[in-house]
Order: sequence, then C-alpha cells, then structure tokens
Amino acid sequence: MRRHVSRIYMAIIFFFLYSPIAVMAVYSFNSSKSRTVWTGFTLDWYGKLFHNETIINSLGVTMIVALIASVVSTVLGTLAAIGIFNMKKKSRGLVMYFTYLPILNPEIVTGVSLMLLFVFAGLDMGFVTLILAHISFCVPYVILNVLPKLRQMDMSLCEAAQDLGCNQRGVFGKVIIPEIMPGVLTGFLMSITYSIDDFVISYFTHGAESQNLSVTIYSMTRRKVSPEINALSTIIFLIVLAILLIMNITDAKRQKKLQRRAA
Amino acid sequence: MKKSLALVLVFMIVLAALSIFLYTWKNPQQPDEPDIEDGEGDGEDEEELSFSDSVDWDRFRGQGITINVYNWGEYISVDEGDGEFDTNAEFEKLTGINVNYSTFATNEELYAKLKGGGTKYDIIIPSDYMISRMINEGMLEKLDFDNIPNVEYMDDTIDTSYDQNGEYSVPYMWGVCGIIYNTTLVDENDDFETWNILWDPKYMGSILMFSSPRDAFGIAEKKLGFSFNTEDPEELAAAAEALKEQKPLVQAYVADEVFDKMGGGEAALAAYYAGDAITMMEDNPDLAFAIPREGTNIYTDAMCIPKGAPNKEAAEMYINFMCETKVALANVEYTCYSTPHTEAFEYLDEETQNSVSYPSEEVKLTGEVYRALSDQGSRLLDEHWTDIMSSGNSNPATVIIFILACVAAIIVVNVWKHNKKKKIELEEVELR
Repeated sequence: MRRHVSRIYMAIIFFFLYSPIAVMAVYSFNSSKSRTVWTGFTLDWYGKLFHNETIINSLGVTMIVALIASVVSTVLGTLAAIGIFNMKKKSRGLVMYFTYLPILNPEIVTGVSLMLLFVFAGLDMGFVTLILAHISFCVPYVILNVLPKLRQMDMSLCEAAQDLGCNQRGVFGKVIIPEIMPGVLTGFLMSITYSIDDFVISYFTHGAESQNLSVTIYSMTRRKVSPEINALSTIIFLIVLAILLIMNITDAKRQKKLQRRAA
Repeated sequence: MKKSLALVLVFMIVLAALSIFLYTWKNPQQPDEPDIEDGEGDGEDEEELSFSDSVDWDRFRGQGITINVYNWGEYISVDEGDGEFDTNAEFEKLTGINVNYSTFATNEELYAKLKGGGTKYDIIIPSDYMISRMINEGMLEKLDFDNIPNVEYMDDTIDTSYDQNGEYSVPYMWGVCGIIYNTTLVDENDDFETWNILWDPKYMGSILMFSSPRDAFGIAEKKLGFSFNTEDPEELAAAAEALKEQKPLVQAYVADEVFDKMGGGEAALAAYYAGDAITMMEDNPDLAFAIPREGTNIYTDAMCIPKGAPNKEAAEMYINFMCETKVALANVEYTCYSTPHTEAFEYLDEETQNSVSYPSEEVKLTGEVYRALSDQGSRLLDEHWTDIMSSGNSNPATVIIFILACVAAIIVVNVWKHNKKKKIELEEVELR
C-alpha cells in the first residue's frame, strides 16, 4: 500500500516537473505558430532558429557573459573564501553576513541598485555592465561552496607539507587547491547556471549591444513568442541532459573501479 | 578528480568556441564594395523594386559607425532561411553602417530604459501616447527631414496628433483595435460592430479583454461615448463602473495569450488589434474581425531619435531606409500590421488591401489616437483599474481561508511529528 502511494506521489511530482518541458518540445515540431492547435509535424523552426540573428546573437551574449562571469567569480570567490576562512571569528561572522545578503536580497533590488550604480559611475549599459552585474551575484555562490570544503580540510596536511619542505606557494597549489577543488567546481557550475538563468538583473543592466536570451524572449511577448524559442529550449534541455548523463556514467564507472580496487 | 576537471575544461572550451563562433557570426565582415545589384531573388513583385538612387547611401561607409536600434520584439522582417528580406543585413550591406538591434516588450519598458540613463540608442520605435509623453519631457531629438526624403510617401490621412507638428517622428506601422470572434461559437445574427457585444451576458465566460488598463478603459469609454483621452473624473468613474459590471462575463484579461485562446477556440470573443487578428485567422479560419462603429483606437508606432543619440545622421539614414518602398513592403508583409507607406500599399495584393488592416475612411475618421494623459489622469485610471481587478469574484475570504488551511496543515504535521518523537523517546527509555 505504502509503496503504491509513494510511487503515485513520485509520478505526480515528475509529471509536474517534466510535462511543461514535454509540451514545449512537442510544440517545437508544430507546423503553425500556434501553441494550442496541432497542425502537423515540421522541423522548420529548428532551421529558422539558426537563421534568426536576434535569437542567435542573444544566445551568444548569454554564453559569453556566463563564461566570463563564472570564471572571474570562481577565482574571486575562491580567494575570498580562503581569506574569510583565515579570519578571526568575529570578523568572519560579519563578512559571512555580507556574503549572504546578496543571495537573500530580492533580485529586483539588486538589479535596480546595480543600474543606479552604473549610471552614477557614468558607465554606459553594455557588455561591461552586464558582466559586472553577473559577477556580483555569482561570487557569493562560489564562496558558499568553497568554505565547507575548507572547513572539512585537515589543517595538519598543510603543516605536514611545510615540514616536508614545501613553501607557502607550494602548500597553496599542491595541498589546499586540490583539497577544495570539488567545491570550486560546484561553485563554477552553479555560477554558469545562475548566469544563464538570470532575467531580472540582466533586464536592468543590459545595453544596446548586450541583450541576452532571457530579455530577448521576454521582448517577444507583445506579439507572440516564436516557436523558434521552443526549438532552442529543447536543444538546450537536451544538451544539459547529455552532460548530466555523461557525468553520471563516468562517475559510476569510477565508483566501480574504486570498489574493485578495495575488494 | 582529474577526470571531472578535464570534463569541465572540455565543457568550457566547447562553450567558449561556441560563443566565439556565435559572436563572429553576429558581426560578419563588412563588405567593402557597395552592392550594386539590389532586389535579387526577393520574390515576385519585389524584384522590380530597388533602393532609390537619389540618396547617397555610401556617406558613412568605412567609418566604422554602429547604430543602436531599439524596436518591439518580432517587429521587423528577418531572413529565417527562406529568402525573406533581412532588413538590418540589407541596411548594413547598402550603407556600411553596423546595426545593433535589440528589442523591448512594452512602451513603459522602453521609457524606463531611456529614463534610467546609461543607454545610447539611436533609433527607438515607441507608440503614439509614449511619443507625446517623451516630447513633453524633452526626450526626443527633432528630425532633419532633409535626410529623410522618403517621408513624402507617408499617408497623411493617418492621425499623427501625438506629434503635432510632425517634427519628431516618422510612422512605422499603424493599426486599429476591434473585436475578434469565433463564428462557430457565437450567434451570427448578433451585431458585432459594437462594443456592447462584449457586455452581452449570453457570452459569459467566453470574452477576453485587454490586460493593459489603457486599452481596457478605452473600450469602456467608447462604449459610453467618451473620448479615449478623457480625464474627467466622472467619465472615468463611469467607465470603471462599466468594466466592473463586465468583469463576471470575462474569461480572462489577456495580452499575447489571446493568440492561443482564440486560435484554440477557448474563447468566443476578444478585443484585440487587426494585424494580430490576421495572424490568428491564419491558424484558425473560423475567426472573423469587426470594427465597432462607436469608434475605435487607431494606434501608430513611429520611429524617433532619442536625445543624445551618438549617430543622429546615420540614424536618419536608417529611418529613410525603413521608408524605402521595398523595405516598408517587406516589413508590413512580415508583421501583418498596416503600413503608412502609400507606395508599399500599392504593391500589396488585393486581398490584403481590402482586409481589416486597412479600414475605410469612415473608421479612420471615427477612430481616435491615444495621447499621453496627465499624471493626475493616469493615476486616477490606475486606481480605478486596481479597484476593478480586486473587486468581484476574487473573494478576499477565499484567500484568508486558504492561508488558515495552510497554517492548520503545518500545525497538524508538527504536532504529529512531535508526538512521534516522544513515542520513540519513550520506547528508548523503556528499552533501557
């Protein structure tokens, strides 16, 4: 009984999670522009997608910004995390408080205040402002992912390395960085995800030459969101799915190897 | 560990390569040689059209000028791989000026973006009432019509009172508002050429209204015989009363959802724009369109240059280019709205010329243009709208009941958990 209930519950949850994506994917093959009437199968939207400059441009902007912002914020965030970790308790608490704030702050507040700041600083809205804005909301995620790894780390490892003749830089590069690497990677991937996701902050900080995908899609709503967007979203979903699958498979293989070695 | 690092690195490299690829695709090499052949293979009747040669299109070539164009989404002809006219690419080819094209969704968004500062747009395409507001606030640059000779093609029967002396704007598209109805879902003997049909209790639950207050109020005002631009508190109150009365009949207040709801036959009647009605009719041939005789809204979207535009002359060249017959024709064929360009109109096929997009003189005369309301007027309108939206069927009691139910559920779950914990603790004590 209980098992059945939990299975049905699971099914309902998955239905809610995935039916929108399924509908979107199905209508990317619809031959008319309608989102409710099925008029026949076509692959046209996929072809048109790659010719639509507005969409392709904004996809390019989204990816460039995601890449630059996440690389920069990973470096900044990792260094900041190490700094925070070595602080005294009181100041560490204070700095952590300030790290949490941007995450808890509603995006709209962050967006508007960044816009006001850029205008105040005399910057023209464009690539630079968009990337700066994205870095500013990505850094806290990196810090929050790296700090726990630092806490888990056995500090005597550093001392041992120094005892064995390693200098400060060596300790950093050969001991600390490899130990916290999983946290850094998670932070990096989360930054990419959040950067690609973001609409509200980008809405306020984008300029004429840096309109990203979410803003472009939003601007289509006056007339009608084109099915090309369905096609694009389907492609993105499939790519993400593929990456996840590859990662899981390699992970599972490695686990098996480790188990075999242990046995 | 190393493996996943490598995987992430590969992922990054692929991402970087892809974005560079996309970016270079976006900014193709500028052709140095002016393209002499125009109108190659652009479809039947466009073949004979070419760009006017009285204009020195090459004036800015090779100076590396880029203009920023800010337009509505999906509002310009683009080549989607089937050989359609690609407006911005053709302009770049013809003049050597780069076009940086970006899009917005509402007039208010455009206004906020410009007012916020930090942006440098050369061309913006707002609607009528927003243009008059921007003129009042000194946000627009006067146009130099010596650089826009094609303005002579503009239809002067279209009401441009939003820009009284015609100094700031050149119309891009216009259209009328009307009633779209599904012939299979309504009684065909009814009179659809009146706004009163949207108040007919027979169609309870199958009427769609505008979700933007200005448009919704406009309909009520016309039904009662007032002006669209009234600021008289009593008239506004009467219109609000009419909208409240209508609310129980309305299925939903919509914007672009109207395409799906009408296309899919979910609703019988909707107030919307003629150009969009034609798009909907392509999906659903049962639909028809009527323009109420009480008068309707005639809207215009026009090209303007905001104050402080970095490349004003190049922007004027862009406006002139948009008013080329060939370009205007391609754009109107793409958007299905109505073109103010008299010559492009001649090239349209007869069916389109006679369609609802080009209503009779009579409609044009009874029609009215939105003008900017004063601060006081728009505040009053917003207050009434909030009042209408919160009145009637969305009962505040249901919200309170819902919240109470949530609280009760949380309490029950917590008490249950607590009891369970106690039980376990008791058992543990007994075991000891």
